[in-house]
Amino acid sequence: MFGLYIHWPYCLSKCPYCDFNSHVSNTISHENWRRAYAKEISHIAEFTPDHLVTSIYFGGGTPSLMEPKSIAFILDTIQSKWRMANDVEITLEANPTSIERQKFEDFKEAGINRVSVGVQALNDKDLKFLGRQHSAADAKAALEIAYNTFARVNFDLIYARPGQTETEWEFELKQALELAKAGHLSLYQLTIERGTAFETMYQRKEFTLPDEDLGGALYEMTGDIAASYDLHNYEISNYARLGEESQHNLTYWRYGDYAGIGPGAHGRLTINDQKFATRTHRAPQIWLDNVEKKGHGYHDFTKVSQNERLLECLLMGLRTAEGIKIEKLKQEGGADWMSILNKKKLEELQSSGYISLSTQHFRVSSAGRQRLNRILQDILD
Amino acid sequence: MKTPDTKPLAHIRNFAIIAHIDHGKSTLADRLIQTCGGLEEREMKQQVLDSMDIERERGITIKAQTVRLAYTAKDGIEYQLNIMDTPGHVDFSYEVSRSLASCEGSLLVVDSTQGVEAQTLANVYQAIENNHEIIPVINKVDLPAAEPEKIALEVEDIIGLDSKDAVMVSGKSGIGIDDLLEVIVQKLPAPTEGNIEKPLKALLVDSWYDSYLGVVILVRVMDGYLKKGQRIQFLNTRAVRDIDRVGMFAPKPVLLDALGPGEMGFITASIKDISETQVGDTITEEKRQCEGKLPGFKPSVPMVFCSLFPADAGQFEDLREALGRLKLNDASLHFEPEQSQALGLGFRCGFLGLLHMEIIQERLDREHDLDLIPTAPSVVYKINKTKGETIELYNPADMPEVTSIESIEEPWIKSTIMVPDEYLGGIITLCQERRGEQINLTYAGNRAMVEYYLPLNEIVFDFYDRLKSISKGYASFDYEVYGYRKSDLVKLEIKVNAEAVDALSMIVWRQNAESRGRQLCERLKELIPRQMFKIAIQACIGGKIIAAEHVSALRKDVTAKCYGGDISRKRKLLEKQKKGKAKMRQYGNVDIPQSAFINALKMGDDR
Repeated sequence: MFGLYIHWPYCLSKCPYCDFNSHVSNTISHENWRRAYAKEISHIAEFTPDHLVTSIYFGGGTPSLMEPKSIAFILDTIQSKWRMANDVEITLEANPTSIERQKFEDFKEAGINRVSVGVQALNDKDLKFLGRQHSAADAKAALEIAYNTFARVNFDLIYARPGQTETEWEFELKQALELAKAGHLSLYQLTIERGTAFETMYQRKEFTLPDEDLGGALYEMTGDIAASYDLHNYEISNYARLGEESQHNLTYWRYGDYAGIGPGAHGRLTINDQKFATRTHRAPQIWLDNVEKKGHGYHDFTKVSQNERLLECLLMGLRTAEGIKIEKLKQEGGADWMSILNKKKLEELQSSGYISLSTQHFRVSSAGRQRLNRILQDILD
Repeated sequence: MKTPDTKPLAHIRNFAIIAHIDHGKSTLADRLIQTCGGLEEREMKQQVLDSMDIERERGITIKAQTVRLAYTAKDGIEYQLNIMDTPGHVDFSYEVSRSLASCEGSLLVVDSTQGVEAQTLANVYQAIENNHEIIPVINKVDLPAAEPEKIALEVEDIIGLDSKDAVMVSGKSGIGIDDLLEVIVQKLPAPTEGNIEKPLKALLVDSWYDSYLGVVILVRVMDGYLKKGQRIQFLNTRAVRDIDRVGMFAPKPVLLDALGPGEMGFITASIKDISETQVGDTITEEKRQCEGKLPGFKPSVPMVFCSLFPADAGQFEDLREALGRLKLNDASLHFEPEQSQALGLGFRCGFLGLLHMEIIQERLDREHDLDLIPTAPSVVYKINKTKGETIELYNPADMPEVTSIESIEEPWIKSTIMVPDEYLGGIITLCQERRGEQINLTYAGNRAMVEYYLPLNEIVFDFYDRLKSISKGYASFDYEVYGYRKSDLVKLEIKVNAEAVDALSMIVWRQNAESRGRQLCERLKELIPRQMFKIAIQACIGGKIIAAEHVSALRKDVTAKCYGGDISRKRKLLEKQKKGKAKMRQYGNVDIPQSAFINALKMGDDR
């Protein structure tokens, strides 16, 4: 498993809920960016020559604003540096505006084989509240093109919005499932992130969020309804038909290796059995300048300790329905990895069915995943 | 040794200052010090005599302090004035009695905007018992709201001191200070007895530990003299020591050649252990002993108990050391180790009263940087067992089986409350609610003085706070222990998922048990965070549940979005939460945050 994450930091406008590294700019030299990505890719490839690439993910920002030519150039560079798996998954995040959806064919041409469309809501009122630049009709049109163009398509929705009722969400979710022919949906509950416009509005009490009980009810019904459409909840906010799971995201959750390319991208790389955490400079221009000068934008390349590896492996892996292989836990955390667990809590949670721990797997049940933050706090001593 | 030259008795005046909190006692003392040239203006920190931070911040005096001033009166004679500053709060009346015993007179300071308060009354009565001459001093006469004549009459009405003798002053602006000094010299008696030729006889008024000087002993000489190099003996402890310093506070420490009869001052004698210096002991010369002992003081008795546990179990030894240090200068603090099932190792502590308890907790936090979990305050019960023996119960957790109890007795107090009559109704209701029995109700002007018998148990929680809030701060309160009475008392236990929470168990009057139990359950429901399972909170007496609440199981707690980029941040968050877990205590399978113990007991807020 080796994924490459390529971060495109620009958007047409900043959404009020988003705390990702995204910026609005109208002076972007696509030529310079292409060259910089290629340079940083070459730099990383020097450390990881034997890695076999299983997935590539263009995220952002809004990477569908990139020129298809840039995508093709980057993919060419990658191919020249590493071996590629036969079924390599190459995803592009896209927004459903008319300009972007018209580029889908060109992206496919450039090598993209999966798109993830940022739909977020299927009614115009909520789209407006979420600060989106597209309408529900735009979203449906974009999905139509996406399904005709790509074999694999995902789209995102944000739910548990202010004032949203169970009935409203049920209606919208079923509509989404009808549309989700290709079999993958990312369904996130709205959360207020630090430094976002929503944070300010929320603190000023301009809106409220569903309380814990309603949030729980919405989450539970989401899983039930998705299951009735044969989409299983393979990760806390991700639902897919069997075989349609995002290989790239599974790499994160399975704590595999991934390289972060572009401003503010994080990576985890195993080099000679040691794990390194990498991070590049967040500011687009500084990253760009650094890459031009030094050949890369990395400013962190830190060894991850065994204990940290174990924690990361647990906090990512327990998000999935498949859980974590014991073998993997030993590989990351050492033979006595269980020593960081609180035995008493573990037993309690096992006997109440939230956790299953066998000689093969460490898993959290569906009810447990809904409360995963607390479970992690409880079991870690 | 040659007999030293000391001040003639006739030129000495020893007096205490009695006042209610906020009536300006310390400011007045500061002004006297300044007028007599004890300190330069620039050296005047406000409230020179209150040296502890807490004393200065709260504007109260905890430890008695003394200062010697030289005052040249109109008759041309330089007098030696020894001022004892006395604590104003009921919890410290023990210290007051010591201060008074070493003086011949008192200034009774009354705020001209407030009038006589209950606590003042108690201290004045003590001064009268000590045969003190008392000068009424009406303070703060420069304030717009001052009614000095009215207050002087009130002093005459309530205490029986002639209002014509009252001196009108303002400690703040200095009005009347010169008059006051003259009155002190003319009206207050000089020490009557005292012979420098007789064998040394001195009263150990107080002692404290100073990191530079060792134990400092505050003394009042009766006969003979104290001098450097002298070999002294403490008659009660039998300890023998050589004096290495003799001095006085002016208010800065000043070394002297000797202290003679009637004088007050300090000595040091290379003493490391404060327990050698028993307050009230008689000091004499080893070779030439005095006849008889001075009467001394009755020891203080702790009235209120609570347990203190360190929030971080690793700080147990630090807590022991800190308590030990506080005890060095506060003999009235009692403590012994205790073990709680969930709170771990801590100490069961005894205090003179609630303020004393609060101050000790604050000093532990502030001066020793200890994070504490206190349990519910409690009093000492007497349990008469069916087999005829009687035991004293200091900790509700140790209550014996109900079937082995014949009866329970609890301490009652006799309290005096002074209050403007517009608030009297509320105060009476409060006292009735707390099982009070009215003894007396009298008026002086528009102020009422009401006396009640009350169970001490009923005042240890929040009585004082309620009193203050009902009377908008105008009521004052004082009490003395009156005795034990049989009562229908039960142990109220709080259980979470059937597990008893020892730190929250308390002894209550049966008729109050249900409402208090319900209140505690409701409070805890808000204070215990949701957990992976439903939590039943129950208040029980014996095996019987009298109130119950529950905390629903956690419904959802998960981060919606978590991909590669987040991972370091998420990990760090988790590591931080792990540290925060130390602030939780486990009862059975239930985690209770430390803050819940403290907040659950703040019962008064919503009554």
